[in-house]
Amino acid sequence: MKVLLSWLRELAALDADPERIRQALDDLGTPVEDMARLGEGWDGIVTAKVVDLRPHPNADRIQLVDVDTGGDALQICCGAFNMAVGDVVPLATVGTTMPGGMRIERRKLRGEWSNGMLCSTRELGLGDEHGGIRILDGQLPVGVPLAEALGVEPDVLYDLEVNPNRPDAMSVAGIARDLAAHFGVPFTPPSPSPPVGGAPAADAVTVEVLDPDACGRFGAWVLRGVDVAARSPEWVQRRLTASGMRPINALVDISNYVMLELGQPNHPYDLAKVRGGGLRVRRARDGETLVTLDGVERTLTADDLLICDATDAPVGIAGVMGGASSEIDERTTEVLLEMAWFLPSSVSRTSRRLGLRSEASARFEKGCDPEVVPLAAARFCELAAQICGATTAPGAVDVRGDLPDRSPVRVRTGRVNALLGTALTVDDVRARLEPIGFACTPAGDAPGDLDVVVPPFRYDATSEIDVVEEVARHCGYRNIPVRELSKPRRGLLTVRQKERRAVRRLLMGLGLAEVLPLPFLAPGDLERCGLDPRGIELVNPMAAEESVLRTSLLPGMVKAVALNAARRSTGVRLFEIGHVFLPPPGGQVLPDEREHLGVVLAGQAATAAVEVWQVLAEGVRASAPSVVNAEVPGLHPTRAARLLVEGRSVGVAGEIDPGVLGAHGVDDRVAWLEVDLGALLDGPRRSDAYRPVSRFPSSDVDLAFEVPDEVSAFDVERTLAAASDLVWSVRLFDVYRAAPVAEGARSLAYAVRFQAPDRTLTDAEVAEARQALIDAVVRTYPATLRA
Amino acid sequence: MIEDIRRCTDEARERVAGAQTVDSVRAVESDALGKRGTLSGFKKRLGTLSEAERREVGRELNDAMAAVRAAVEARRAELEAGERRARLRGERVDLTEVRPGRDAGHLHLVTQVIEELEDVFVGLGFTVAEGPEVEDDWHNFTALNFGEHHPAREMQDTFFVGLGSPREVVMRTHTSPVQIRVMEQQAPPIYSVMPGRVYRNEATDATHLAVFHQLECLVVDRGITFGHLAGTIDMFTKAFFGAGFSSRLRPSYFPFTEPSAEFDIQRPDGSWLELGGSGMVHPNVLRNCGIDPEEWSGFAFGFGLDRLAATRHGVGDLRELASTDIRFLEQF
Repeated sequence: MKVLLSWLRELAALDADPERIRQALDDLGTPVEDMARLGEGWDGIVTAKVVDLRPHPNADRIQLVDVDTGGDALQICCGAFNMAVGDVVPLATVGTTMPGGMRIERRKLRGEWSNGMLCSTRELGLGDEHGGIRILDGQLPVGVPLAEALGVEPDVLYDLEVNPNRPDAMSVAGIARDLAAHFGVPFTPPSPSPPVGGAPAADAVTVEVLDPDACGRFGAWVLRGVDVAARSPEWVQRRLTASGMRPINALVDISNYVMLELGQPNHPYDLAKVRGGGLRVRRARDGETLVTLDGVERTLTADDLLICDATDAPVGIAGVMGGASSEIDERTTEVLLEMAWFLPSSVSRTSRRLGLRSEASARFEKGCDPEVVPLAAARFCELAAQICGATTAPGAVDVRGDLPDRSPVRVRTGRVNALLGTALTVDDVRARLEPIGFACTPAGDAPGDLDVVVPPFRYDATSEIDVVEEVARHCGYRNIPVRELSKPRRGLLTVRQKERRAVRRLLMGLGLAEVLPLPFLAPGDLERCGLDPRGIELVNPMAAEESVLRTSLLPGMVKAVALNAARRSTGVRLFEIGHVFLPPPGGQVLPDEREHLGVVLAGQAATAAVEVWQVLAEGVRASAPSVVNAEVPGLHPTRAARLLVEGRSVGVAGEIDPGVLGAHGVDDRVAWLEVDLGALLDGPRRSDAYRPVSRFPSSDVDLAFEVPDEVSAFDVERTLAAASDLVWSVRLFDVYRAAPVAEGARSLAYAVRFQAPDRTLTDAEVAEARQALIDAVVRTYPATLRA
Repeated sequence: MIEDIRRCTDEARERVAGAQTVDSVRAVESDALGKRGTLSGFKKRLGTLSEAERREVGRELNDAMAAVRAAVEARRAELEAGERRARLRGERVDLTEVRPGRDAGHLHLVTQVIEELEDVFVGLGFTVAEGPEVEDDWHNFTALNFGEHHPAREMQDTFFVGLGSPREVVMRTHTSPVQIRVMEQQAPPIYSVMPGRVYRNEATDATHLAVFHQLECLVVDRGITFGHLAGTIDMFTKAFFGAGFSSRLRPSYFPFTEPSAEFDIQRPDGSWLELGGSGMVHPNVLRNCGIDPEEWSGFAFGFGLDRLAATRHGVGDLRELASTDIRFLEQF
């Protein structure tokens, strides 16, 4: 919302300087996004009359303009073509420094002298319009300084952000009211008195509201003798332009002016074109069509509210856009003026569905003031009288439907203080509320309680907490006493959170770098990684490449390896901890969302991934972690394993299938580990009880077995460990595949340490234990002891 | 005899001085002081002398043997030190040639910020709560007092997920649904922060991401006021950014808080950083979670983490945060 300081000052006696007003607007929750000083830097800009237009002899895109500045005619080279002989235009004379800092010099353009520059709206700092030269009111005297000709005092334009809970801030009057309350100065809304005459409005028009729940008020006024050819005065045009609206013609300008000033959207119809001389408000029929003012045919639904003429033909979409059929044109003399209140949710649905957002719909959506209707109509009629010579018919046809409940809201001073931490008295609360229109009366029973009637321009405010916020706003947030939380509390990370951090540190220690790639995949990404292609899809993705929720971290990490390889960074070691999304478990709507850990080691074989798993399992003290060779989707068929904790699968490790890598343009080996971190951390843990370290010497024995490839080395190790109580530790220290070991088998060499807690083992005891281990392995597997 | 002793002594000292190896020193030692050594030989002959001569020659002999012993020890130490020096010189290593087989690893810079913030809030007496990234309408919108027609529910902001009834399941648009989950699962008092990844269906550019991170802070207890909100934000500001930083609140609007406020951080140089949104938990939100707003009150505030993480390191384009390029990652 753009608002001029001069306009605000017309409605509120604001004597604060522009900077303080900016501060106040920020403090009141209508933050100033931009503040522009207008009419400054106009020294040297004067009014000039176009006396001749000639083509430039050497250039197509420049014309020669002779202008009269009250003395000699000056030749100007100008790149705009929107002016005609007789127009009054702003001329920056030679020597002027423009608001943007540019200095105007006398200079030659393609061989022709230019003695100044004609200015666009934007060049004057009056708005964004830059399509042509600003055409001024033709009645203005020529050769006088622009500021003087326009009667412009230097002005300030604030561009405000307006939140959904501030419908009042969608008008100059509403902002002025809030500022007046803030500064404790009077607020004086306009009090128009248009000339009235002729037959009463009720004789000329009828109004029927068939849908009172969506149309809370519908007023029709009649204006006669309207000179539609009149141009709105410069000050109206200037205010509209500054506010971001383009001046069109007097009637449209007045309509917009009233909307900006009082927040009341309105619509003038050519009364002669309104068939049956009346309007009717009703829901549209499904499929009903209407050509709107922009010439587009709109198809409607039963959810949309229509304005129809008395013959039931649609003439506009309520609160959104008028129809083409009853548009004002150059033959219009009688105007039917609509001022209405429509249900915000109804306007919102329709404007969104049609993709038609307008200044009017933006106001209706936030909630307009149904009680400002007569004032806004009078203001319109007054301006129409001044500018277009219109006379207003006596009275109006003003029909009321259902309006928001305005029964008082009970506000407890104690509650205000309890929520804000203030020590306000009931009078303090009233003093904050009444200047912004919240009428307070003491509620009989409890001292400190007020019955507060919310003003009609605050559609948003319906409950006590809404009123509390208004009190806070007008106390000023900065004046509310700051307090510290005092109660002692235990701040903690959960075990899970601490362990997740430990896992991160552990992986860091292995030299890995953490990544956070996007969790969205392209269709086909899962399949390309050899995984089940079904993933949960987004209904409205930004792009097809980001439309599927990942079920595994693998696709993202393969892409990461491919990206780095393409940039000649080989051997990257990355990890990610992130969510994956599996289909919802039966009877549930939300996905089975899990936290996974993914580790990718470019240029490394499957064993490297298993090593990471072993460090990880040891690091979190997983109970009986194991590795089982298995075929795993997406992984190398003979270099993959499932990772188990007490026999339950918590993840996979191995090498990524060379086919998958090839599809991503990676031709190196890549080790991969993916663990369901939740399952791992929620899973069973090894006992953390102390295992006494013996004071007595241990005995170390090496045992090598020839074992077929199908037998897992891990299983052999477990068998060894379980074969005697004297085993302290078993460590696989060598794997050997070559003669004399048979084809299809390998030699597994284990270092076994025997240990008793209470004595030095005798040679006989060690020999017996050693034999027990050999027997266990040979009995359990097709294995033989190597000499 | 004294003459002989002196001659032998001089000869031994001369040989010691000329010895080039520890072994030759040992040979001299043996020749002079050993059982059959020249000086040792004089000892045996002392018995043949008179009482007075014996005393005089004995003293001379003791002094001579001590002198030779000292010369031997000194020369031996000197030679051993030289040998050790020569050996160590041969073991020379250029320690500037050393490179680690792998580096120390890297946490993502967003993770670093999250952990740091968690630590700050744990220090202030908060717990850390988490929730799913795919949410239902109830937790993401309805329970948070979003009206049926609130713009944030519209297609342009929210990623809808193809599960459940139309628009029932969404990628969470903020961390606030975790507030609801915490309040549904836990009776007040509640002092929690909720970091996490969030999703907005908005075009990405250097300063906007569709997938980013937030941290939300929720307090529900008896007697919690707007003043506590301001005080907690200020305390967090000083704990996280530093003592020279301060904060301010400005009125704003969010469906799930009232009164609502934006909060800004002021840097020591006086400039402001718009950080996040905050407010008193809306009574409807408390009621939706089965908490009586007349008995309990609370505040919440939240802010984006990615910009914090990026500006701290001068990363100009937020999209880099999703980069998997090792040359980016290894800098943090």
